[in-house]
Amino acid sequence: MIATENLTKRYPRVTALDRLTLDIAPGVVGLVGANGAGKSTLIKILLGLSAASEGRARVLGLDVVTEGSRIRERVGYMPEHDCLPPDVSATEFVVHMARMSGLPASAARERTADTLRHVGLYEERYRPMGGYSTGMKQRVKLAQALVHDPELVLLDEPTNGLDPVGRDEMLGLIRRVHTDFGISVLVTSHLLGELERTCDHVVVIDGGTLLRSQSTAEFTQATQTLAVEVTDSEQHPHGADAVLSELQAAGLTALADGHLLLVEIADESTFDTVRDAVTGLGLGLVRMEQRRHRIAELFRPDEVGAPAAAGAGATAVGIPGTGTTADATTTHEGSRSDAGAVKH
Amino acid sequence: MPVPSSTSPATEAAKGRIHNIGYRHYDGPRLGRSYATRSLLVQSLRGAYGLGRSAKSKVLPMILFAVMCMPAGIIVAVAVFTKMKDLPLDYTSYAIYLQAVIGIFLAAQAPQAVSRDLRFKTVPLYFSRPIERIDYVFAKFAAMTGAVFILTAAPLVVLYIGALLAKLSFGTQTKDFAAALLAALLLSLLYAGLGLVIAALTPRRGFGVAAIIALFTISYGAVSSVQAIAGEQGNETVAGWLGLFSPVTLIDGVQSWALGAEPSSPAGPPNAFAGTVFVLVLLGAIAGSFGLLLLRYRKVGLS
Repeated sequence: MIATENLTKRYPRVTALDRLTLDIAPGVVGLVGANGAGKSTLIKILLGLSAASEGRARVLGLDVVTEGSRIRERVGYMPEHDCLPPDVSATEFVVHMARMSGLPASAARERTADTLRHVGLYEERYRPMGGYSTGMKQRVKLAQALVHDPELVLLDEPTNGLDPVGRDEMLGLIRRVHTDFGISVLVTSHLLGELERTCDHVVVIDGGTLLRSQSTAEFTQATQTLAVEVTDSEQHPHGADAVLSELQAAGLTALADGHLLLVEIADESTFDTVRDAVTGLGLGLVRMEQRRHRIAELFRPDEVGAPAAAGAGATAVGIPGTGTTADATTTHEGSRSDAGAVKH
Repeated sequence: MPVPSSTSPATEAAKGRIHNIGYRHYDGPRLGRSYATRSLLVQSLRGAYGLGRSAKSKVLPMILFAVMCMPAGIIVAVAVFTKMKDLPLDYTSYAIYLQAVIGIFLAAQAPQAVSRDLRFKTVPLYFSRPIERIDYVFAKFAAMTGAVFILTAAPLVVLYIGALLAKLSFGTQTKDFAAALLAALLLSLLYAGLGLVIAALTPRRGFGVAAIIALFTISYGAVSSVQAIAGEQGNETVAGWLGLFSPVTLIDGVQSWALGAEPSSPAGPPNAFAGTVFVLVLLGAIAGSFGLLLLRYRKVGLS
């Protein structure tokens, strides 16, 4: 779908991309990197709008230098920044954009109605866009990228500026673009947590170089751990410590991290052992959730595999990724998902 | 369009879950770059007269269009009723006399055509479509030229029809009318080019409006008054050459030398060499503004 070879882009002062070689298969692909890592530069080159200093790139089998116009006919692009004129309605705007992609007038109108409905915009679409919420604007931006039924959409930071609920809805929508519409997606973000559960494959770039390119399944194959939080009682003022010694006696690998216990999951019986240990001591079980290593740890390779990485990849048992949107570049304090917590 | 089944509660209930009707792929024609360019041209041209935009944005261009045509209507009415031998006004001088109206129209609509796209950052969206930079510039340039041409040519058509109704000489009238149309086209190209270059420099519409009005009125005011002084002192040659320095007098110089019109400004090009220079400067200014626009949009691109 996208193939680059030694792609390099130098600006007078900085090197935005440094010999980037990628081969991206169809599906939902996340492009992760801190601000200034070269994500937007890569998108510009892929759309044939900016010439690479060195190297080659092909999108949908078309060369970006010589066939830019044909690429743009079959690719959709959702920019990061606001791009909607406030005095025009969503319908008028998207119809115009459809025609700009080469759709005849009647097809443009029909596809606009369809696409706006698919992104979840109904009666509002006849009102001027100036009065829209950020979430609605993001939907219109997505709709204009999809209206000509592209084979691939490039989404630049689509969740920027959205609240957690809006973010989840947008991520769900992006997932559907691939599963329901059959359109491949390249989505950029500087938030790793959200790409982990949206994408099939994640490409991490930093300073214009490729850090890692891997399927999300591989990322999460690392050791599974169980985070356990218990209450204290008069008998056991340090509940966690008491449970820890109990578990170690039972032959499990575990360690305390503040008031949390991190237990390595050996097999299914680990859950029972933990439950029995806690109830045996007469303590309350506040939380028990399964965790996996988060993509975020790529940025701190020294800690990969260390279960002590506080708050590592909180993905609650049974309900995958409920509201986990940690900013990977700054903090590991993922929003505490207590959806899977077992309470006594 | 088929009724979406997702809106029918009965279907939903029957299936026991919310079901979105499937995504339909588009297999129809994709008309590509030249069609997209034409679409942008038509949209921008209509937009210059407020068509396809809010009622409020139709007011000014429509009033200006009416103001532009009204004198022509009056002249024609007078000519027909008083059975004149000739129109009291040359076709070619019409735009010169009403240059203020054209200036206001340009000042209001050129920023509308380009500043909006810059201010709301819609330009990157256009460039993510099949069109290239030159197509965008071409579409905007052609649309603005068309808008100004409609404004300047419509009263000429009124005059011409009136002249024929008044049974003036068909041959002379047609010849003069054709020359005036050509002059109107050149004027439209020049005005559109200059107006767009100024407007494209700033995403702020207000600045664009002010700068365009300033360019046209100040340059004309300065040139025509210096020309008048030079003329007073009997220096016709200098006065003629000065005409190069304002858009209106440049057009007047070209139409009086190349199209055989009566000069409407204090002095036209003094000789054949000057006339050629006028024509070259005019064409150079049109091509130059197109080039400057291309250059300007190379910087905008994405981002």
